[in-house]
Amino acid sequence: MTWTDTILLIPEIVLTIGACVLLLAPVLGMKEQSPAAKWVALAVLGATAAAVVYASNAGETIGGTGAFHRMFALDGFAIFFKLLFIGAVALVVLLSNEFLREEKYSHWEYYSLLAFALTGMMFMTSGIHLISIYIGLELLSLSSYILAGYYKDETKSTEAAMKYFVLGTVSSAILLYGLSLIYGVCGTLQLSEIRIALAGLVANDALVFGIVLLAAGLCFKVAAVPFHVWTPDVYVGAPTPVTAFLSTASKAAAFAIFARIFYSALPDFRLDWSALLAAISALSMIVGNLAAITQDNVKRMLAYSSIGHAGYALMGIIAMTPLGLHGVLVYMLVYVFATIGTWATVLMLRRHAYAGESVADFEGLHQRAPFHAFAMVVFLLSLGGIPPTAGFIGKYFLFAAAIQSGWGWLAIVAVLTSAISIFYYFRLVVAMYLREGKAAEVMTSAPLRFAIAICLAVTLGLGVLPQGLIAQVQSSSRTIVATLVP
Amino acid sequence: MGIYTSGFPILSLLTYLPLAGAIILLFFGKERTDAIKWFATLVVGVDFALSIPLWFAFERGAGAPLFQFRETIDWIPALGVKYSFGIDGIALLLVLMTTLVGLIAVYSSFSAITHRQKEYYILLLLLQTGMIGVFCALDFFLFYVFWEVMLVPMYFLIGIWGGTRRLYAAIKFFLYTLAGSVVMLLSILALYFFNGDGIPFLNIPGLGAENTFDILRYHEIGHLIPPTLQFWIFIGFFLGFAIKVPMFPFHTWLPDAHVEAPTAGSVILAAVLLKMGTYGFVRFALPILPDATRQLVVPIVVLSIIGIIYGALVSLVQKDMKKLVAYSSVSHLGFVMLGMFALNPMGLSGSVLQMINHGISTGALFLLVGIIYERRHTRLISEYGGLAKQMPVYATFFLIAALSSMGLPALNGFVGEFTILLGAANRSIVWAVFAAVGIVLGAAYLLWLYQRVFWGPLDNPANQQLSDVNGREILTLVPLVILMFWIGLAPRPFFEIIEQPVQYLVEKVDPDYLKKERIVYPELPAAADERHAELLPVEENR
Repeated sequence: MTWTDTILLIPEIVLTIGACVLLLAPVLGMKEQSPAAKWVALAVLGATAAAVVYASNAGETIGGTGAFHRMFALDGFAIFFKLLFIGAVALVVLLSNEFLREEKYSHWEYYSLLAFALTGMMFMTSGIHLISIYIGLELLSLSSYILAGYYKDETKSTEAAMKYFVLGTVSSAILLYGLSLIYGVCGTLQLSEIRIALAGLVANDALVFGIVLLAAGLCFKVAAVPFHVWTPDVYVGAPTPVTAFLSTASKAAAFAIFARIFYSALPDFRLDWSALLAAISALSMIVGNLAAITQDNVKRMLAYSSIGHAGYALMGIIAMTPLGLHGVLVYMLVYVFATIGTWATVLMLRRHAYAGESVADFEGLHQRAPFHAFAMVVFLLSLGGIPPTAGFIGKYFLFAAAIQSGWGWLAIVAVLTSAISIFYYFRLVVAMYLREGKAAEVMTSAPLRFAIAICLAVTLGLGVLPQGLIAQVQSSSRTIVATLVP
Repeated sequence: MGIYTSGFPILSLLTYLPLAGAIILLFFGKERTDAIKWFATLVVGVDFALSIPLWFAFERGAGAPLFQFRETIDWIPALGVKYSFGIDGIALLLVLMTTLVGLIAVYSSFSAITHRQKEYYILLLLLQTGMIGVFCALDFFLFYVFWEVMLVPMYFLIGIWGGTRRLYAAIKFFLYTLAGSVVMLLSILALYFFNGDGIPFLNIPGLGAENTFDILRYHEIGHLIPPTLQFWIFIGFFLGFAIKVPMFPFHTWLPDAHVEAPTAGSVILAAVLLKMGTYGFVRFALPILPDATRQLVVPIVVLSIIGIIYGALVSLVQKDMKKLVAYSSVSHLGFVMLGMFALNPMGLSGSVLQMINHGISTGALFLLVGIIYERRHTRLISEYGGLAKQMPVYATFFLIAALSSMGLPALNGFVGEFTILLGAANRSIVWAVFAAVGIVLGAAYLLWLYQRVFWGPLDNPANQQLSDVNGREILTLVPLVILMFWIGLAPRPFFEIIEQPVQYLVEKVDPDYLKKERIVYPELPAAADERHAELLPVEENR
C-alpha cells in the first residue's frame, strides 16, 4: 500500500467525512429541521463528484492492476457507476425535502444515512475482490434497512424495515457461503485470480454450488424472481423518497457488482450458470410484469415493474459479450432517471404519509399539472421502451445482446413482456389524460420540479441523441471487455 | 422547384414541419379554438403544398435513381445508425397520400371535435410527423423509431375523442401493434448481426461488414442469408406487419379501433396506418428475404383470401355503418396482400395502387359516415332510409365512394383490383376465382348498404330535418372524388411512377421470373373492357 493507492480512495474519504459532518451537525448546534441540511448534503455530493474526477485523472497511472493488494480499482466501469450513483442520490435528496419537512424527522440524520449508503455503493463498484465488494454491500444494506424504516411512527414502514433486514441478512449469509465455497475451490477471492485459478478446471460440485449461492445472493439484492418477495412490501412501506433510492441507486449498485463479478471472474463458466440466470431473468420479466397489471397501488405497481426491469438487465449479464456489458450500463442509467422521475411524480401527489398512491389519485392530472403529466408519460414510455425515449436505447442494447449471444427465446420473452408492461404503465396514462376526475391535490416544490426537469431532459435527450452515452459506455467498460476475449 | 433538386432536405422539412407546428400550438391559449384550428390547418396545408412538387420533381424512367431526395447523416455512429431519408415511387405515393389525408383529417374535424381541441390538433400534427417519417426512413433504426412514435398520438386520439368503448379500443390498438413491432425489432437485430459479426452461439457466421442499419445494404445482402434464418426473420417481420395490415387472423383490433376512433382518426387509420403494414412487406420482407417470401407464398395467400371473403361476409351482416366500412378494410387489404404475394409485376403494381385506392375510397367512406353521425349521432343502418331525397348531394358523394370501393370501372378501385386479379391469375387461376368472389361480395354489401340508407321511404321523422352537406364538408370530399376519377380514367402516371420500384422488387424476390421472359407489362386498362381480351390469353400461356 502506497500513497498512490490512497488517491483512488479520495472520493470515498471525502464522502465519509461529509457523512460524519451531516451526522454530527445537530450536535454542533444546527437545528434538526434546518433547511440548510439539503444544501450541505448536495455540497458533499458535489465535492465527492469532483473527487471522483480528480481521482480518476490521478489514478490513470495506476491502471487496471488495482490498489490495496488488488482489492480496489478505479477503472472506467467504477467511475461510470460512481458518477451515476452520485447523480441519483442527488436527485433523491431533491425528492426528500418535502417529505422530511412534513413529517418533521431529522434532516441531518437522513442525509447522513444516504451518504453512508452512497459510500457503500461507491466502494463496492470499485471492489475487485469479493471481500471488498461484500464490505461495501453491507454498508449499503445496513444504511438501507434504517432508511426503509424512517417513518418511525408508521407500522408499515417499520414492518418494511424489519422484513428487509431479516431477508437481507439471510441473503447476505447465502452470498457469504457462496464466497466461502468459491474460496475453497480457488484459494483466492480476487476476481481476476479466481478466473486464472479456474482456467482449465472442469466445474465441480463445490464450485457450481458456490456460484449458485453467489448468484442467489446477488439476485436477492437486485430483486429478481424468485428472490423478489421482499420488494413490493419494502417499496410500499418505505417512505417514497427512500423507495426511489432503493429502486434506482441501490439496484444499480447491485447490478454493477453482479456484472463485475460475473464478467471478471466467471466468463469461462458461462455454460454452467447462464441457463440458471436465464430462467431467473425470464421468470422476473414474466412475474414482475404480470403481477404489476393487477395492482391498484402505484408504489406496488412500480415495485413489480422494477422486478421486471431486473429481469431485463440480467440479460446483459447472461449474454457475456461486450454488447451485454454495455447494455447493463446503458440500461441502468436510463432506468435510474426514468424511475426517479416517476417517483417524483408520485411524491407530488402525496397529501400526507401514504396518500397519492392509488391509480385514482392520478385522474385528471393533465388539467392540474400539464407539465408533470406530460413528464410522467415520457417516463412511463421510457420504462416501457418506446422510442424516442432513452428507455428504448437501453432495451435495444439488451435485446441485441440476447439475440447475439444466442438467447433468442429469452429475447422473445423480453419483448413480449415489455409490450405487456405498457398495459399497466398506460393505466396511469389513462388516469391522467383519459379520465376527467378529481386528481389528488398537487404539491409541487421547486426541488421536485427541478428533479423532474432533469430526469425529463435526460430521458428525452438520450433518446434522441444517444451517441455520447454509448461512446462513454464503450470506453468505460473497456478494461473489463479487454479481459473478456482471451 | 429548384430546392427539390438541389439536395435540400425536403423530406425532413415535410416530416418535421407538423412537429414544429405542434410545438408552436403548445403556446396557444386553450380557449382560442378558432386560432388553433386554423393554425393546424395552415401547417398541414403548407405541408401538403410542399409535398406536391415532389410528384413533378421525381425523376422517372430507366436511368433515374430508385431512391430520390436522399438525405444521409450519421446519427449514432457507435451503432452504425444513420439518419437516412429517401423515397422511391411507392413511398412517394404514400407520402403524398399522407399529406393529403392529414389536411383532410384536420379540416374535417372542425365541428366534430368540441372538447380539448388544442390537444387534439397537437396530436394530429405529431401523428403526421410519425407517418411521413415511416415512409421516408431508409434506416431500420430510424424507421423503427417513427413506427413506434406514431402509436402514441393515435392511442390518445382514440382514447380521448373516441366513442363509448374508447379506452378498450385504444389500448387494444396499442398493444397489438406494439407486440408485433417488438418482435419485428428482434428480426431487425438478427439482420444486423448477420451483416456484422454473426451470431456465433447459433453457429451463424456473419458477413463481417461494418455495422449498419442501412435498409438498402440489406436489400443487397438479403439473398445471402441462409434460408432457415430467413424464415425466422420473416416470421418476425410478418407478425409486425400482418398485425398492422391487418391480415386475418390478426385483424381483431381493427374494427374496435375504427369504430371507436373519431372520424379523422378512422380516416387516418384506414388511409395511412394500415398501409404501413403493406408498405413494410414491400420495403423489407420481400426484397430482403426472397427465399422465405417464396417459401411462404401459399400460407400468406390463403390468409389473404380468407381475409377477403371473411371480411366481406362480416361486412354483409353489420348493423353499424362504420363497422361495415371497417370490416370492408379487412377484405380490401386482403386484395392488396394477394396481389403482392403473386410476386409478379402485375400483382405488385396492382397491390401498390390498391393501397392508394383503399386509402382514397375508404377514407371517403369514413368521412361520409362521420358527416351523418355528426347530424344524427347514430350509425345504425336501421335508423336511416330514403336519405337520397333529403340529402341529394350527400347521397351522390356516397354513391361515388361506394362504387369506387366496390371496383366499378371508370373509378379507381377497378384499376387496382383488376390488375391484382391479373397478377393472381398469372400465378394460379384458383386464387383469382376466390378473389373474384370477394369482389362480388363487396358489391353486395356496399349496394345493400346504399339501398337501405338512401332509398326507400323517408319515414324516420328524425331524418326529415337533416341538412345536406355544407361547403366545408364538400371541400374535404372533392379532392378524394377527383382522385377516384383520375386513377380510374387515367392510371398511367401512377403506374409509371411505381414501375421501376416494382421491377426492382421482382428482380429481388423472384429473379427467375424475369428470365422466363414471360413478362408482359400490361398496357393497363383505362376502364376499357376490350383490352382485357388482349391480356387474358397471355396469362393462359402460363
